[in-house]
Amino acid sequence: MSVVIEARALSKRYGELAAVDGIDFSIRSGECFGFLGPNGAGKTTTVKMIHCFAPVTTGDLRVFGMDVREKPREIKARIGVCQQEDNLDPDFSVKNNLMVFGRYFGMPVAQTAPRTKELLEFMGLWERRDDGIRELSGGLKRRLVIARALMNDPDLLILDEPTTGLDPQSRHQVWDRIRTLRRQGKTILLTTHYMDEAQTLCDRLVIMDHGKILVEGPPVELVRSRVGKEVVEVWGYPPSLLDHARQSGWKFETDTDRLFVYTDVGESVFQAIAGKYQVERCTVRMAGLEDLFLKLTGRELRE
Amino acid sequence: MTALVRNISTRSLRVWQRNRDVYFVTWKTNLVPPLLEPILYLLAFGAGVGALVHEVPYRGEKIGYIAFIAPGLLATQVMFQSFFENTYNTFVRMYYQRTFDAIITTPLTLEDVMAGELLWGASKGTIGCAVMMLAISFFGVLHYPHALVILPFSFLAGLFFAGLALCFTGIVPQIDSFNFPTFLFVMPMFLFSGTFFPLEVLPRWAQLLALALPLTHVVNVMREACLGRLPPDILLDLLYLSAATLPVCLLGIHLMKKRLVK
Repeated sequence: MSVVIEARALSKRYGELAAVDGIDFSIRSGECFGFLGPNGAGKTTTVKMIHCFAPVTTGDLRVFGMDVREKPREIKARIGVCQQEDNLDPDFSVKNNLMVFGRYFGMPVAQTAPRTKELLEFMGLWERRDDGIRELSGGLKRRLVIARALMNDPDLLILDEPTTGLDPQSRHQVWDRIRTLRRQGKTILLTTHYMDEAQTLCDRLVIMDHGKILVEGPPVELVRSRVGKEVVEVWGYPPSLLDHARQSGWKFETDTDRLFVYTDVGESVFQAIAGKYQVERCTVRMAGLEDLFLKLTGRELRE
Repeated sequence: MTALVRNISTRSLRVWQRNRDVYFVTWKTNLVPPLLEPILYLLAFGAGVGALVHEVPYRGEKIGYIAFIAPGLLATQVMFQSFFENTYNTFVRMYYQRTFDAIITTPLTLEDVMAGELLWGASKGTIGCAVMMLAISFFGVLHYPHALVILPFSFLAGLFFAGLALCFTGIVPQIDSFNFPTFLFVMPMFLFSGTFFPLEVLPRWAQLLALALPLTHVVNVMREACLGRLPPDILLDLLYLSAATLPVCLLGIHLMKKRLVK
């Protein structure tokens, strides 16, 4: 599989602050690659360097084999970017937002008109084509921004937090569209801080924090190798249970009132706790990306 | 600076087209100022002040007061349209609508976007001037065909004020800050560039000061054209404006780039 994006020792500094601090990654053609991380981790800065807006401080960044410093126009002609904020043109209708955007790519009307229809139908917006932007709900706006990012039929689609602020129905609709694009073979780069989003959509992902990449791999494998198969969650545990956990050599963590045991043998850990200790509640569940994420980035609040 | 110029391409016309399309979507509100402003001014100054002042001395002759202020109104129209387009409106597109963020993900560079903004700002000045000329023509104070020179000239003048505006947009902390350039530059020019009274009535030092104001030169050219003559000394006015426009525009683009690219 060919490589679409290749970053080597990529850094971005703002004065003293290293927003992106020497990261390496490569994204292959046809995969959905995720950047996961808390706010301020460096995800959006990385995205801005990829679409040639934020200048690279040091390191190497190639998109389609081209250096972002040398060929920004050529690179941008082949990518579609869906930014975090809705920056649709409020003075244009739904349809004209796409028509005008196509023009930036040098597409003639004979090309933008059918493309606009096709994309609005794909995103379920064709019925709303003559509506103003202000009449659209948050979910519809997001779908329109994604449609707009697809105007030039990009080889790489960049989605920066595509479902932030959407209600569950809208999120699922957006995910559904992203999965369809993924099936059609589009290379997708996704940033998010939603674990379920990363887990459902990404073939591979990195978890970033403080400008650095902490882990990289397919989500299921990362969880399996770094956390374990299952998590036993215990509410209201006695202190003696902690001693037992330590003596048994369990991998565990605590927050204010809960104990989390990360294990491949959830059932036997559950048995060891449930019968012998006085606890409020004890459950066994599959380990998920959230467990990995919190394990790596900590539970403290950010910013 | 060379990198900046190299990053400007004909793709900037796409931004010009975008702004033009928005202008035509909202055309009714856009045409109100250039149509009504001159009528209101000419009625107030013509019927009001004009009743007291029938004629003013201008270059050794006496001309009617309405004929005197009409070109002043055209010149200030260009200044207002272009200056406010690339201050308030550009700021809204940059900050509130995030329009530029979207455009720079396409093959356009930020320099293209800014060049398109400037071309549009100048065009808006020209459109405003043309519409206003139409309205003023009914007062019979424009001498055609000479007055038609005003149209291409208003594009140059518009480009100058657009560039000046972009310089401020590149540095103001927030949109309210435009009050400073508006009341420190634009309003004084509006009043003291030979628009409403001939500069000859001012003391010598004030005349020299007025000559430094760009709008004075715009008014000069437009007044001569309105009066149906094109004397060679307007070449000096043209020279002043042409020489000032390019550096002002490039500085504007540079400051916007400095503001936006981090």
